[in-house]
Amino acid sequence: MINFVGRRKWYFLISGIIILIGIVFLIPVGPFGLAWGIEFTSGSMMTLSFEQEVEQAELQEEMATVGHSEAIIQGTGEGTFIVRTGKLAEEVKDPETGEMMTEEESIRRALEERFGPVEILSSYDISPSMARGIASKAALAVAVAAVGILLYVTWAFRRLMRSLRFGVCAIVALVHDVLIVLGIYAFLGFFFLMEIDVMFIAGVLTVIGYSVNDTIVVFDRIRENVAKSPGGALETTINNSIMETLGRSLSTSLTTLFVLLALFLFGGVTIHNFVLVLLVGVITGTYSSICIASQLLIVWENKKFRRLFSWVRPRRVPVRGG
Amino acid sequence: MSRRNILTLVGIALLVAFAASVMAIDPIDLPLIGEREGVVLGLDLRGGVYLEYQADFSDIPEGQREGRLEETRRIIEDRVDEWGVSEPDIYTMSPDRIVVQLPGFADIEGAKELVGKTAELVFREPATSGSTSVAVGVDAGGTQIAVDDVTDFAVGDVFAVGSEDTAEAKTIVVVDEASNIITVDSGFVYDHAVDEPVANLWVPATGTIDGQEKALAGAYLMPNTYVDINPQTAEPVVAFEWDATGAELFYQITGRLIEQPLGIFLDNELISAPTVKTQIRESGIIEGLTLSDAQTLAIQLNTGALPLTLHEVRTQKVDPTLGAESLEKSLMAGIIGLALLLLFMILYYRVPGVLACIALFIYGAILLTIFKLWPVTLTLAGIAALILSLGIAVDANILIFERVKEEIRGGKSLRAAIETGFSRAWPAIRDSNVSTLIICAILFWFGGTFGAAPVMGFALTLGIGVAVSMFTAIVVTRTFLRMIVFTPLARRTSLFRP
Repeated sequence: MINFVGRRKWYFLISGIIILIGIVFLIPVGPFGLAWGIEFTSGSMMTLSFEQEVEQAELQEEMATVGHSEAIIQGTGEGTFIVRTGKLAEEVKDPETGEMMTEEESIRRALEERFGPVEILSSYDISPSMARGIASKAALAVAVAAVGILLYVTWAFRRLMRSLRFGVCAIVALVHDVLIVLGIYAFLGFFFLMEIDVMFIAGVLTVIGYSVNDTIVVFDRIRENVAKSPGGALETTINNSIMETLGRSLSTSLTTLFVLLALFLFGGVTIHNFVLVLLVGVITGTYSSICIASQLLIVWENKKFRRLFSWVRPRRVPVRGG
Repeated sequence: MSRRNILTLVGIALLVAFAASVMAIDPIDLPLIGEREGVVLGLDLRGGVYLEYQADFSDIPEGQREGRLEETRRIIEDRVDEWGVSEPDIYTMSPDRIVVQLPGFADIEGAKELVGKTAELVFREPATSGSTSVAVGVDAGGTQIAVDDVTDFAVGDVFAVGSEDTAEAKTIVVVDEASNIITVDSGFVYDHAVDEPVANLWVPATGTIDGQEKALAGAYLMPNTYVDINPQTAEPVVAFEWDATGAELFYQITGRLIEQPLGIFLDNELISAPTVKTQIRESGIIEGLTLSDAQTLAIQLNTGALPLTLHEVRTQKVDPTLGAESLEKSLMAGIIGLALLLLFMILYYRVPGVLACIALFIYGAILLTIFKLWPVTLTLAGIAALILSLGIAVDANILIFERVKEEIRGGKSLRAAIETGFSRAWPAIRDSNVSTLIICAILFWFGGTFGAAPVMGFALTLGIGVAVSMFTAIVVTRTFLRMIVFTPLARRTSLFRP
């Protein structure tokens, strides 16, 4: 029997630190903050024609080495590619000759060096293909969805006293998961190029779905066990519930992680960031059900919010059979 | 073995057979939604068609060009949306280009008709010979042809004249008695030969509102135009409704034109010229279209005419934005992941694990069938939703098996353990899935209200996935578990717990 509830201060502390660091990297000041993907910004579009055979993946790789890993590249057959990038600079210094030239020309030279003769058939400045509003609208939609979840969970747990707490704690776990995913993404984005694109938005929405689903399975067991022994100590009941659902929690997250890890390790480079979001989300979604949502129920019951992070030794919890 | 279980099993078998037969028929031809391929994959996963247009800026003042281009982009976006293609990629390229990328490769011509056409609808009436005008022709080069060149003309007649080899570029100049020249757009002439007295010379159908003369045009239509079938002729028609101004104009014009034709022109081409029978005000229909043209026109009328004329400069097929090779790798990786998942289920949960794998296959088959029959465009956002719904489907099975395991441990017989285990697992499955469905519904509604197509696609795919996953957990897995009780396997409970 693992004493989950006794270590809750640790969980809050760890989550708090990760979220705090994440928030620092999320605040768009100086080098921090997340950049918008090129679907959301104006940029440049070139049509390139190669004499030799070039694979899309190679071109993607070479664009990344010249500093444009954001490039969206589409082959159109016969060695021709449409390449969309962020806005290309009017004037850059060529890394080799030190000559001043347009960034377009600089990229062309780099590509020529690797792939042989290349011709820029056309190049244009392009508008965003997607309104930035989509991201904020998605966020607003999530907020409304959270209210929906709150109401449903409160209703579904209505036979327990203070069922509203279950709804609120499920939402807190959801917010926790989203913050951790956003924070880790922003943290990694500080070192690698990671932008807010449509894939990212889809990833975060997926994390939200997983988080709620997972939390409610654990809560369901608490609901059942509280009904079974209404007089029992909440801490004991919750710890038992966590233990009883642990097998299921691990099985489910493991099976999902199998699929995601395979995608992350063996999948194409274009979906790397996306799979990363899902990986982090599944881990934190499972973690938060056990270590955040359920523990918050106890804190709420004990009304010890002010001592949420206070440093005390884990108390011994009387557990069934233990 | 109860009768009900057998019936359910037969039902599942039929469902799988149906799914298999749907897979076999490819592509599926559903005329109502255009000729779509089976499962439609998005631009990111499959690629599609790249259409590049150049705007004709010649008549547009400098300062308005950018705004009109953006407006055009927006209208094209609306058109494509209404057509049911989700998640196109539409952007402008300075100074005068618009690029439209549409997922999939079916019906490229239809897509062009929809996207690039200006779709300016105007109503015209026959020019009356009563107006005391005479005709003077100019050839395509703009040189005026002497009135004498026109044979058999008399004051009061109206003629169309043009040079013979540029038959479509006929320009009409009408001179009134005071010798004021009124230039009339070439499109006012419908299909006639040079020097032939014109019966079909059309002039704008106008009415007077508040003392102002206004021409009846598509701009006065309500945005609720739809395609209907004329019960008498069984032909498709476009049914429309006027706004207040349009209704007043229509009333005046139809009142004046009883027993005369009213010409309906789209981009200066006559679509039909019905004879007005009675005076009408609010609504009407447009005949003489094929079904697909009618559908295209209805969408175009609802989204408005383009404020620019577009010329197509490039049409080509494009590869997926996520890269074909990269996607192939990802697909392989996905299959490996799935294989690991199934392996884990079988090794850890044993007999129930095998049942779960079969249930998951049935889940996959149903899901694929739905995506084939339902015109959903599957993008990476949809794949994310699918992975999540797969996780939820696996979770439902795991919840049931864990409970069954607990009950067996508690000393129950296998049969009793399965029944209790299932009913104990049910509230968790129900509540977690209903919560996910609530999220889906809200995201879908939001995405629809605010035009966030990727959010909608995600929500719809996840919603379908969760609904199917609940079905497989309740019906398929439970029936399989109940059936297994009657097999020799059931005697060895060790096969039922890890």
